[in-house]
Amino acid sequence: MTTSASAVPVPTGKRAGRNGPPRGAKIVKMFPLAPAIGLMLVFLAGPILYCIYAAFTNMALTGTGAANVQFVGLDNFRKAFGSSAFTNSIWLTLVFTLISAIIGQNTLGLGLALLMRWSNRIVRNFVGTAVIGAWVLPEVVAAYLLSAFFNDDGTLNVILHKVGLPGQDWLYAAPIIAVSLANIWRGTAFSMLVYSAALSEVPKEIEESAEMDGAVGYKRLLFVTLPMISRAILTNLMLITLQTLSVFGLIYAMTRGGPGTKSQTLPLYMYEQAFSFSQIGYGTAIALVMLLIGAVFSLIYLRGLNSEAA
Amino acid sequence: MAMKNGFKRAGVLAVGTLLLGVSACGQGSTTKTPDAGGSQSAGPANIKIAYQQWGPGTVMKTFLTGAKAEYEAANPGSKVEILPIVASENDYYTKLQLMMRSPNTAPDIVYEDTFLINSDITAGYLKPLDDYIKNWGDWSQFEDTAKGAAKGQDGKTYGIPDGTDTRALWYNKQLFKQAGLPEDWQPKTWDDVLTTARTLKQKLPGVIPMNVYSGKPMGEASAMQGFEMLLYGTKDTLYNFDQSKWVVGSQGFKDSLNFIKTIYTEGLAPQPKQALDPNMGSKVGTELLPGNKLAIALDGSWVYSNWLKTGAKPWPQWTEVLGQTAMPTQDGSGKGKVSLSGGWTWAIPAKSKAPDAAWNFIKTLQTQKNATKYATDGAQIAVRKDVASDAGYKNSAKSTQFFTDLVSVTVYRPALPEYPKVSNEIITAMEAVMTGQSSPEEAAKNYDEAVEGIVGKDKTTTGQ
Repeated sequence: MTTSASAVPVPTGKRAGRNGPPRGAKIVKMFPLAPAIGLMLVFLAGPILYCIYAAFTNMALTGTGAANVQFVGLDNFRKAFGSSAFTNSIWLTLVFTLISAIIGQNTLGLGLALLMRWSNRIVRNFVGTAVIGAWVLPEVVAAYLLSAFFNDDGTLNVILHKVGLPGQDWLYAAPIIAVSLANIWRGTAFSMLVYSAALSEVPKEIEESAEMDGAVGYKRLLFVTLPMISRAILTNLMLITLQTLSVFGLIYAMTRGGPGTKSQTLPLYMYEQAFSFSQIGYGTAIALVMLLIGAVFSLIYLRGLNSEAA
Repeated sequence: MAMKNGFKRAGVLAVGTLLLGVSACGQGSTTKTPDAGGSQSAGPANIKIAYQQWGPGTVMKTFLTGAKAEYEAANPGSKVEILPIVASENDYYTKLQLMMRSPNTAPDIVYEDTFLINSDITAGYLKPLDDYIKNWGDWSQFEDTAKGAAKGQDGKTYGIPDGTDTRALWYNKQLFKQAGLPEDWQPKTWDDVLTTARTLKQKLPGVIPMNVYSGKPMGEASAMQGFEMLLYGTKDTLYNFDQSKWVVGSQGFKDSLNFIKTIYTEGLAPQPKQALDPNMGSKVGTELLPGNKLAIALDGSWVYSNWLKTGAKPWPQWTEVLGQTAMPTQDGSGKGKVSLSGGWTWAIPAKSKAPDAAWNFIKTLQTQKNATKYATDGAQIAVRKDVASDAGYKNSAKSTQFFTDLVSVTVYRPALPEYPKVSNEIITAMEAVMTGQSSPEEAAKNYDEAVEGIVGKDKTTTGQ
């Protein structure tokens, strides 16, 4: 209905083309967008505003905070920054993001993309399928596979014992490492795809001429290829950082944030406080902090992108 | 101009259609249960009854199914919908609370643990039952402590208890014999318990010497069966009733955490990883104890319901194999033994659409016959005089007398709205200690800070 309405006025309406559209027309043109904007307001902006509101209240699922919700100012944030459990989860979130996204997925994705460029088609297809397979798997399925892999009598320890190395109970002794490795396994495909696309855009001539000038091996990679795909690197970093900051299902299914709080990243801490311990207000305050951390990362990357463009 | 108007009209129409769609949806969901609203006590009604279903046990399901048939036969046209909420401890309460927030989803009867009921009363989720109780003859059969179990701070009663429980040590006499320990075990102090556990560990490799629930996955079971059974055996408590203040910084709290640390680091308890399984409760009842894999269990009076013919793991030999002995206090002082009591109640949510019918169903659950049946099958300690004196109940299990006698020393948890939050901090501290993440002192300090944050610094006091 909306499309036919907007199609009608073109031949009969005022001549809008040359002198720019008249004032009213702009508003009129917005009409077809109204349903979309309305939906966005209701289902996107609405919950976000509600979340901001809740973060400054004592809202809870039970007790006084459920009967009459009251404004408590910055209490939730004060409580968070004064609590060792919260600072612990901030650290774990940063460690998890650094190891699994910025170092793991990013370099491994780039490495695979580079290697696949030089390999033959069979190897390329095989590696591509394997890596993307991990990415396509539903999160919970991947988490179950990986907890079987890292389990005390799981595949990893069997392999380690076979080659004469001592194993350990990864999910118990080093849970944050285990979930980081799991996230690398699962998320590398995304970086690989981004970098494969970017690398295919690098003109062969430039690389060849660089080679003529004596830039071989790592030099060519470092001074020619990487600078040419630097925008892709920044974009990729931004996307995987934001994705990794909010990983919940993978960790929850593997360790539930435990043992203790040894793998309780911010999303898990938020969930526990809000839904296991019924503190909705406090939980949403943590969500806001998480949003801020994400914003800081995005700003850094965006600045990088802008200076690249300049 | 005409065109422009037509344009606008189209837009308005589009938005209008959209709004219409939204409101239509809204209407659809509010009228989802058409007869529930209009029908009150007189006519037939639909009632939904929610309870926790976790692990393989089906005692409650069987009991409710029987009561449903009875009620539906007595009230033609009425329908009872049994709503098992499949969730572990903490998840169950969360799901229930979310359901009770809206009239669209609120069940008509909910099964509430007494530790949580005060918090949910404060939240305004439940309906006071005083007007109903007034005209209910059976209420006089309830013990006074039971009547107080679901009383709000406003003095009104919000739930009908269906039993209570006590807690003690269950131990496997066969394993004790194999380890050269006396089959009639009477520990006097915590050290006696630890010494016995160490002997068991040394003599019987492959057997878990002792289980004390601990950590977040087991929720309130960790706090009550585990921690508070220790704490209330020290000179300290959670709450000082004389001053109406929560106790922080107490030596008893640290000592109790230290006990947890000792058994979990010395290998006297299950592997922490194993203990941090939300299914640990049913594992103890259906696998470890009947499988002779666990020698001592600090657990509730109801555990044997697993081993009845109606239970999840029928095991008639339990009466011969297992002994029960009271949990001693830390150094044998005080009454020498300690027990805690809780229990569950049936309550009606404030947003129920058929409270009168719901009350009638609660009455059906609480006829003398049904109350006795549940107390027996569910391995409850009776809270009604007529049930307690029933011959069938008294002879129902060998352990009934032992656990009923513990009522003389038993302690109730502080029935305050803040208790569930404090309980969460207890299990957090336990988990930190059992996994070696914090020392008992650090964990106790974090607990103190958290409690001060929950109740306010002016509502706390220091221990002895």
